[in-house]
Parts: sequence; structure tokens; C-alpha cells
Amino acid sequence: MGLTSNAQDAFVTFDRVQKSYDGETLVVKDLNLQIGKGEFLTMLGPSGSGKTTCLMMLAGFETATHGEITLDGRPINNIPPHKRGIGMVFQNYALFPHMTVAENLSFPLEVRKIGKSDREAKIKRALDMVQMGSFAGRRPSQLSGGQQQRIALARALVFEPELVLMDEPLGALDKQLRETLQFEITNLAHELGITVVYVTHDQTEALTMSDRVAVFDDGRIQQLDAPDTLYEEPKNSFVAQFIGENNTLTGVVSKMKGATCEVRLDDGEIIDAVPVNVSQVGERTQVSIRPERVEYNPERLTEGAHTIHAEVLEFIYMGDIYRTRLRVAGHDTFVMKTRNAPDQRRLTPGEKIEIGWRPQDCRALDA
Amino acid sequence: MTDASAGNASQNAATARREDAARTGPMLAADGRPLKASLNRALRRQKMRALLLIAPLLIFILVTFVAPIIDMLFRSVENQIVSETLPRTVVALDDWDAQDLPSEDVYAALAYDFNEAAERRRHTRLGSRLNYETTGLSSTFRRSGRGIEDVGETYAEQFIDLDEAWEEPETWTALMAHPDWLSAQAEWAAEAEAAGRDFDEPEPAFRLAPGIADVLPETADAYRSFARTIQQEDEDSPTEEEPWNTVYLALYRDLAAQPASAVAAYFGPIAAELAAADAAVDGFETVSLREVFGEMDDAWAEMPMWETIDAFSDPYTAGYFLAAIDLQLTPDGIEAQPEDQRIYILLFQRTIFMSLVITISCVLLGYPIAYLLSNLPARTSNLLLILVLLPFWTSLLVRTSAWKVLLQQEGVINDILVWVGFIADDARLQLINNQTGTIIAMTHILLPFMILPLFSVMKTIPPYYVRAAKSLGATNWTAFWRVYFPQSIPGIGAGCILVFILSIGYYITPELVGGRTGTFISNRIAFHISESLNWGLAAALGSILLALVLVLYWIYDRMVGIDNVKLG
Amino acid sequence: MKLRTILLATTGSLMAAPMAFGDAHGNMANSMTLVSWGGAYQASQIAAYSNPYQEMHPDVEMIWDESSPEAVARLRAMEEAGNITWDLVDVEAADAIRLCDEGLAMEIDANEVLAPAPDGTEAEDDFGEMLVNDCFIPQIVFSTVAAYRTDQVPAGVEPPSGACDLFDLETYPGQRALNRNPIANMEWALLCDGVAYEDVYDALETEEGIAQAFAMLDTIKDQTIWWSSAAEAVQLLADGEVFMATSYNGRWFSAIAEQNQPIGMAWDWQMLDLDGWIIPEGLPEDRLARVLDFVYFATDTQRLADQAAYISYGPARASSAPLVGTHAELGIEMAPHMPTDPANGENTFVNNYLWWADYRDDLDARFQAWLAQ
Repeated sequence: MGLTSNAQDAFVTFDRVQKSYDGETLVVKDLNLQIGKGEFLTMLGPSGSGKTTCLMMLAGFETATHGEITLDGRPINNIPPHKRGIGMVFQNYALFPHMTVAENLSFPLEVRKIGKSDREAKIKRALDMVQMGSFAGRRPSQLSGGQQQRIALARALVFEPELVLMDEPLGALDKQLRETLQFEITNLAHELGITVVYVTHDQTEALTMSDRVAVFDDGRIQQLDAPDTLYEEPKNSFVAQFIGENNTLTGVVSKMKGATCEVRLDDGEIIDAVPVNVSQVGERTQVSIRPERVEYNPERLTEGAHTIHAEVLEFIYMGDIYRTRLRVAGHDTFVMKTRNAPDQRRLTPGEKIEIGWRPQDCRALDA
Repeated sequence: MTDASAGNASQNAATARREDAARTGPMLAADGRPLKASLNRALRRQKMRALLLIAPLLIFILVTFVAPIIDMLFRSVENQIVSETLPRTVVALDDWDAQDLPSEDVYAALAYDFNEAAERRRHTRLGSRLNYETTGLSSTFRRSGRGIEDVGETYAEQFIDLDEAWEEPETWTALMAHPDWLSAQAEWAAEAEAAGRDFDEPEPAFRLAPGIADVLPETADAYRSFARTIQQEDEDSPTEEEPWNTVYLALYRDLAAQPASAVAAYFGPIAAELAAADAAVDGFETVSLREVFGEMDDAWAEMPMWETIDAFSDPYTAGYFLAAIDLQLTPDGIEAQPEDQRIYILLFQRTIFMSLVITISCVLLGYPIAYLLSNLPARTSNLLLILVLLPFWTSLLVRTSAWKVLLQQEGVINDILVWVGFIADDARLQLINNQTGTIIAMTHILLPFMILPLFSVMKTIPPYYVRAAKSLGATNWTAFWRVYFPQSIPGIGAGCILVFILSIGYYITPELVGGRTGTFISNRIAFHISESLNWGLAAALGSILLALVLVLYWIYDRMVGIDNVKLG
Repeated sequence: MKLRTILLATTGSLMAAPMAFGDAHGNMANSMTLVSWGGAYQASQIAAYSNPYQEMHPDVEMIWDESSPEAVARLRAMEEAGNITWDLVDVEAADAIRLCDEGLAMEIDANEVLAPAPDGTEAEDDFGEMLVNDCFIPQIVFSTVAAYRTDQVPAGVEPPSGACDLFDLETYPGQRALNRNPIANMEWALLCDGVAYEDVYDALETEEGIAQAFAMLDTIKDQTIWWSSAAEAVQLLADGEVFMATSYNGRWFSAIAEQNQPIGMAWDWQMLDLDGWIIPEGLPEDRLARVLDFVYFATDTQRLADQAAYISYGPARASSAPLVGTHAELGIEMAPHMPTDPANGENTFVNNYLWWADYRDDLDARFQAWLAQ
């Protein structure tokens, strides 16, 4: 899926954008971002990381303190929101409570002075698109959360914008519904060929829906990559920890071996890792290993790679996988996930085992 | 799938129960009682508890709100005063044809009634009451109260000339009083004599002699009225007081009307005197009671007085309500008041018009403020809200007086306008003591009642609606008008109802700054309550005002829907 | 034998030693509610009557209410409710007559209830004609009188001299402030329209007379602010809102002499009237005893004369007149400021309160309707 864009064919660009509310602290620090046409880009990050502010600047509800935002090549800093032609889906749906579903959908068309028959056709099409064709006469308060979200989506799409912004649109829904809608939204976006900027703090959502994910923290994009890259190759320890489950061990680089390096953990054991943010011996580092990449079965371990001791603290049966909590190098929170397969045995607490991993699965990041 | 099967199962169970019930009658609870009864019993305790919890408020409201309103409604139609003060006259007037002045019998009844009323000091109240209907009657009643004791004097003198005994209280008690009463009275007098100053037991209530009412019906009635009145009002005894002149009038009328045989049938203690009097009355000089009353006051010899008494002799009347809408009850039916007394319709119109203007001003001034408040950060808006509430904490009188200082011709606003040069010094604006003054001051006073509901409703309108509207392509104005404003309507509704209903019944401010032209119907009600004492009319005006508010409320409910009113 | 007579006799005979009564029987209430008109007038009553009384009876609590303007309505309401909360009420003579006629005020025997003059003259003779009926205990003679702004008199014109200048908008342009009720206004309207003094009340009994009075008032109706409390009139004139106003002479006195306002009096055709106490009918025995004790003290010759040191109203007792001295604080002679002083206007109009008691209802209705239209 990895759809990379460059500045020339970018549909939306953020160029060195800064934002401050109080004149003292920057909420968004030097943001540079290009979004390609038709791309589904997710801004992911904890609350307060600046992702929503970026979205609001793009929508026009906040103005950038510094820098420039362009849409389809035009700078939009001075264009008021209603002239930007951007569709938007809000976290609380923001369906107008005093209007029916049809009236809600009609609203953007009316303000664009679209004729009545055209309007009706578009409304019908949009409602059918979200499978809500029979709800035109209802009030928002008569709809369930998922239905409201569908209407909100239809409303954001009905005037055929090229760019749609979504601000945590599924945040208020239950898990099952969320998954269905995630699927529907991505499908729609791709079918219609629209560009979507999606804000969420749910990393699963980000990973499953997006072409690219921008991980925000502290007002900066920490990493901007396709979901698989983000997961497999986090560029720093924040991303590693924020995306998916992750084991972290701390130590010092003891040997550089070109593509790999050796790290001496705090208890003296040596492990292999890929140097990502470290470059020389003696640097402190956090190494990150995904739980599902940890192996204890000697047959599966890479030849010649280091192994370390671990003690089983807890074994949890989770159906498709086993989740084992281990004590490793003094850490009690080290987790290993193993597939529920015929050749896997169930470990018992107290058991001493040797664990290891492929060196390329273990990344030595910033301390 | 599991859900669906569970649903089926419960449906089946329900069907089974229904069939069960059809077979065996009502469902029974575990203890064998009918389920419905047990449920009711279980709920009854809850209901009782709920009732107990609201009881203090309920009682409070009943006592302080419902009861006064019922009393007001009652007062607006109540009219017992006429039939209570002039009972005989009202009865005598039953047969009156209203074509000509009433007969001597009616005047005689009036004389008895009026004499008692005057002694009991009730006649002026009746005069005031009838004056509401026909101006001028109050003075007639007051003047007649002073002259009534002379009515019948001619006959009193002639009886006394005939026989000095008629002057003696003993003659009268012997003729009129029940022997039992006489002995009880004598006993009481002896006790009083013995006890001296500290004795404060009242004299036994007077009782008529048996049979005397058959012989001398009017006299007996008049004498009993005399005896009871002086006992109750003056704490005097009939044994010591010469009867009123009207009693002699009654005696004359009885003797003149009765055939001699009736008097001859009387064998009481005063039979001889009575027989002599009966023989003499034919030779008595007579007077026309109509003329006697007419001399006391012309009104008694004119039709309007009698028409008024006749029209208002019923214990209940629509008169107050008619007066409240500039109509009056006349013998010919309902007619408009004379031109120079038609003021209530005008005042109602003015009250409604000015209340509307005040309500609209409050919306125009309050909406932007409420909007600002609801969109500011909490700390700032709380501070500003205190400023809005500040007037609430200032006495109404102080605020109104402050408006006086500001608005009067030599006041601050006029001074500034003159200083700036907008108006000439000799053409200062009249901003107070007229409608302008009332509107300005009341808009100020009622503004918080508009701002608060507006604010609390606007507070609940999340900012994302307007953002959504803008993102959908609406200009600022369209977003406000089509999205924000409709959602703030419940606040406007609540504010308007509050302000309008408050202003329609407002009293102090118009009284102080309204002058002659800026006063409301409520000022008129207050006037009738505290100055003219026409409480019936005040109650009728109040009832109409109440009905008006309810009608407006109903119209509002139909138009906007009362569910759309939110105070927060 | 008759409860009230006995009681009156008791209190009356013991009045000679008023202190003894309460002590001996212990049945005098220790609190009383007095109702008056507020402002400078009530202050003068407190200074002249109730302060010295309280010095003699420190235990007695005196509660002052300012509800006299609506005394008739309130007393009637109290009677209906069967709970009289007032003990002594200050009212104008006409109201006293109304209250007495309706049985809301207690009848008293002046000679028994009121103190004789220092020379032994009985109260009835000392008060004389002021005792307008059996309920009224007179205190003062006051007048309703016109006043004007001395600094706004048009150049080259004599200042207004009397009530008739109210109607002369040509010579004295500017707003007026008049009482929002017919008393005095109706009489002045007729007088100033040429009706002779002695014919005024006869005229007011006729439709034509009333119409004539309203026609005269119509000429200044739109130029007039109608006040409902006497203090309002003084305020309006002091603020320069109006050029001429009518109010009670004592109010003008305190505005002119005590507050140095640029106000002048136009005494001619001042309207003399009486004011005094009434005791509500139906007081319980202990409260009645207290009230009678107070009234005996507060209406004696010296007390009435004392009041004149605070306000320029004439004492109702003949024996008090010679005792009227100087103002309590300003030290000026009070006699020339009294409405009864011969120098104050060649014409005085004596309000016929008996006539008003009869016709008040009639004319009120007409007047208020006229005002509202």
C-alpha cells in the first residue's frame, strides 16, 4: 500500500507550520507534511500531541501561527472554512438536531445553491452509499450512534469534496461497530477516490485504515510511514511503544557489527539488535522487541544469535495465542506471545527458559 | 443467533402465561393474592413515600398560592353585601316591575334595613359597593346614615302624644319580649348589680314574645332588629332604650294595615294601649316614605338607585367582570360604560403592548450578551455573569430610583445629550414618567430573566455545530441563522415567557417611572386594592390577567411547544 | 356593665397616674405598633412623642410603620382577617371619618381619654372643632400648598403667589407636580376657574361642576407629573424636574429651611386639613391599655407643642399654640411657618373633610378614570 508522495504532486501540504494558543508554548512545532491525492492519511497520537490542532488548521477553524498550508497548490491560510470545500466528520457527529436526516444532508447543497431536484438526487445517492436510504425523514435523536455516524459521513460526502477530514469519528462507538465502520469508511474513500485525513488515538484503527500514518507526539510528527513500516520499523522508542505491544529492555551498545550490534543489558547479558538510533559503542539504548517475535523454542531460534535467561511468571491462554509474562533482565513485564499451534507447549509459571529472537526484530533505539 | 432464540423463548413463555391466565383467571402472586393487587400494594408504599416527600411543598403551594387564587376568583363574583345589608328590601324588590319608583312597602323595608345597617355601621360599605356601579351612591348612603334615625319620627311623636307609655322601654319589652327572656334578663341585671364593675357577662340574647309576630309582623321584626342590634353593637339593653323611630313606623304600618279584629285577638300585657293605638292610627297624620327618603337624598326618589340595588341584589354578580372590560349591568341588560369611564380595555391593551415591547427589547439586548457569555472561557463568563446578576442583588426600588436620576429631564442622560449637542437645552427629552420610562426601566430590570435562560441554553449548544455548518460551506451568518439560532430558540422561548409574564403583572416600576401614561393594569389593581378598596373589581381584573396569561401560555404551547422551553 | 365603658372608665380614672396602671395590673402590652406617614413628619412624632415616652417606659417596644397612605385598606383587610396588628394609626381627618363610619376605628370619649390642658380646660374644649368625629384624636393642622423653583421664575415676572398659578402656563411655563388624587386638585381647579369659595363643594356635587373642574385640570394634564407620595413632589421640585408642585407645607419647610433648596412657597389658597390618630377597633385589652396610656401622653399640650419644634405643622390644641417656640436644631421661630399664620396667604381653603368623606368614592372613581384616559 505504501503510497509515498513528494512535494510536486502533493494535494495538501503543511510547510513549516507552527501553532501556539497562548504565545508561550507551541502546540504544533515545525510541521512539514505532504498528503497525496486520494491518500488515506491518519494522524495518530496521544491526546495533546497536536494532531487535532493540525486538523483544525487544515479545516480552517484554527489559524497557523507560522508557516503555510496549501490545498491543491493554493495557500489556504486566509480562506475561511466555508470556502475551503473540505468535508468534515466530527467526533460527536455534529448532526443538526433540529433538522431531519435529509435536511442535514441538504444543508451543504442548499448553501451551495444547488437546485432542488439535483439536491434530492445527491441526497439519495449519499444515503444509499451509507445504506441509510430509508432514514431520510428521521431526526438525529431517533438514530443510534452508528447510524448517526453514517449520516455524518454521508453529509460530509454529499457535496462531493475532494478532501474529507475525520476527527476521531468512531471514538464513541462500541468495538464491533467500529470495526465494521472502519472497513466501510476505507472502502468508500477508495471507491470515491477522495483524500482523507483521519485523526485518531486508536492505533489499531490507524493501522487498519490508513495508507500512511503520521505519529504525533509533543507537537511533532515522530514518524510518517505506511502502517507495516511503522510497526516493523519504529524509528524511535516513542513510536515503538505507542504502536502495538512492545517489550523494552535497556542497556549499552557493546559492539557494532555493521548491520547489527550487540547490546549489554543492565544485568550483563548480551543481546543482538539492529542499530537504529545508535551509532557507537558505549551509547545507552532502549531495545524494542515485539512480543510475537520472541522465541523460546531452540529450533526456531536463529543460529548463532544470543539468547538470554527468562523465568515464566504468568501464562495466559487467549484462544488463538498464548501470552506469557516473563522476568527478563530484571524486568517483570516482558511479554511473549506464541501462536496456539500443535508444536507449542504451555509453559508453567516458575519455569526457567531461554529466549531469543532474530537480530533484525530487535531494534536498538534512543534511550 | 443466541439472542434470537432467547427472544423466541421468552415469547413462548409469555404466550404460555397468557394461555395460563385465560384458563385460571387473574395471575396470582406467590402468596396467592392476585398479582395486580400485590403490585398495587407494593407500589402504594412508594406512592405514599413520594406523596410524603412532596407534602410540605404541596401544602405550602395550596396555602399560599392556590387558596389565594381561589379566594380571588370567589371575590370577583361575590356580592352578598347587598342582600345581607338590605335583606328586607331585596325581598320586597322581588315583585318590583322596574317601571316606576317602588312602593311604600319597599321604602318601609328599606327604612328597617337601613336603620339596622346604619347602627351596625355597615351602610357605608354598601354605599361604596354600589358606588362602583353607579357613581354618586356612596355619598347618598353616607348622608342617609346620618338621617335615618329621623325616619318614622312623625309616627313616634304621634304614638307618644297618644300615650306617654309608648316612650317607655318597659312598654315595649312587655309587648315584644318573651316572658322567659324578661325573667332571664332580670336575673342577669341583679347579678350585674351585685358583682359591680368586674361583671362582664353579656345580657341574654333578646327573644320575641310568642304570637306577637302574627299580630304585629313588621313591628315584631323591626323591634327584634332593634333589640339585637343595640345588644350586640352598643352593649345596651332593650329594657333601657327607647326603640328607634322605625319601630314606631312599623307599629303604625301594622296597625293601619291590620283589621281591628287581629289586634283585638291580642291579650298580652299591653292590650289596652295597643287597642287604643289601633283606634287612633286612622286619625294619624301620615307621611310618604318616598318623600322622606327623597328629602334625605334625591337619589332615593330616582330610578338609578333602585335599578342598581335591584340589579345587584343577587349574592353573586358578573358586575365586577363587566366593569373590568368597560361594561356595566343595567336593567336593560349589559351596556358599555359611559365614555369617560372606559379605561380598562385601554389599560389591558397598553399592558400587553408594552409587555411585548419590553420582551422584544430584552431579546434584542439579551441575545448578544448571552451569546458572548456562552462563548467566553468559563472564568471570564462567570465574572461577566456576576455583572448580569448584579441587578438581582440590588433592591428593585434602588434600581428604579437610579433610573429616575438617569432619565429625568435634568438627569444624566439628558445632560449628556445636551452637552454633546444632540438636543437643545430647552428641548430635553421626556424619558421618564411616561411609557418610554417604563419600557427602559423594565427592560433593564427584566433583562437578567432573558439572559439567564438564553445563556444556559446556549451553553449547551456545542461549538461543533457551527463548525460543522461552516465546514459544510455555510457562511458565518448562515451557520448562525440556520444552525445556531434554531437551537437557541428554546432559550428565547423560556426567556420570553418569563419576561412577558413577569412584565404583564409588574407593578412597582411602572408606578414609579410610568407617570400617567406608562402604568399597567396591575397598577390599577393595586389602586383598587389599597385605595378605592374595590377588591371585587381588583379580583376580576386579576382573574382576567390570570386568564390572559394562561391563554398566552396555551397559544405559545401550540405555536412553539412547551417542550421547547428550556431553562438550562 | 358594658365592657368598653367599664374599660374606658378604668383607664380614664387611672390616667391621672398612668405609671400606676401597668404596674398595678401588669396587663399593659409591652410593645405597640404605630403607623404614620414616614419622612420628616414621622421623625417629628418620634422625637416629640415616642422618645420621651420610651424614656419613661424603657421596657416598651415602639414599632413604627409607614403605611398610613394605605391605612384604610390595610385596616379593612386586618378586620377581615380578624387580626389587628396595628395599635395606633395616623390618618387624615377624612380617612378617620371613613374608618369611624365603617366601624374600623374605635370611638373614644375625648374628655376621658385625652389629657386636659394645663389650665384644666377639658380636652374636648381644648381641641374644639378639631374633634371631627368620635374616633379622631387630632394632632396637627397642615396644609397642602403650592411651591415653585425660585431660580426658574421667568425674567420680569412676579414669582407665583398661590395655587392658581399652577394653571397659568403662559406666565409660568414648565411642568407641574400634583397629587394623584382628587382632593385639593378639584377644589383648586374650580376656585381658579372663578367659582366662589363657598360654592366649590356645591359645584362638585353636580355633573357640571365636576366637568368644569376636569376641563380646568385638562389644561395642565399633559404638563403634570402626578405624585403618589408627598416626598416625591419635593424631590421633583428639588431636582428641577418641575417648576411648580404641591405638597404638604411641612415638607416644603424642611426642603427650604433645612436643606436650603431654591424653593419658594406660594401660600395663597393653601388647603388646610387635619391629621391625627385613630385607634383600631377590636384591640385586645392589654394592647388597648398601652395605646391609651401612650395617647394620653402623646397628645397632651406640651407634646403637641414640642412636635412643632421639628416640623411646621400647627398643633391641634388651642393650649399648645402659645408654647410653640423655635426649631429644635435651626433655632428659627416656627410660628411664621405654620399654615395657620395669618401672614401666609390672604386666602386659605379649609378642606371640607366631612364632604370628602361622603364624596371621596364618587370623585376618586371619576378622577382616576380621567387620569388614565
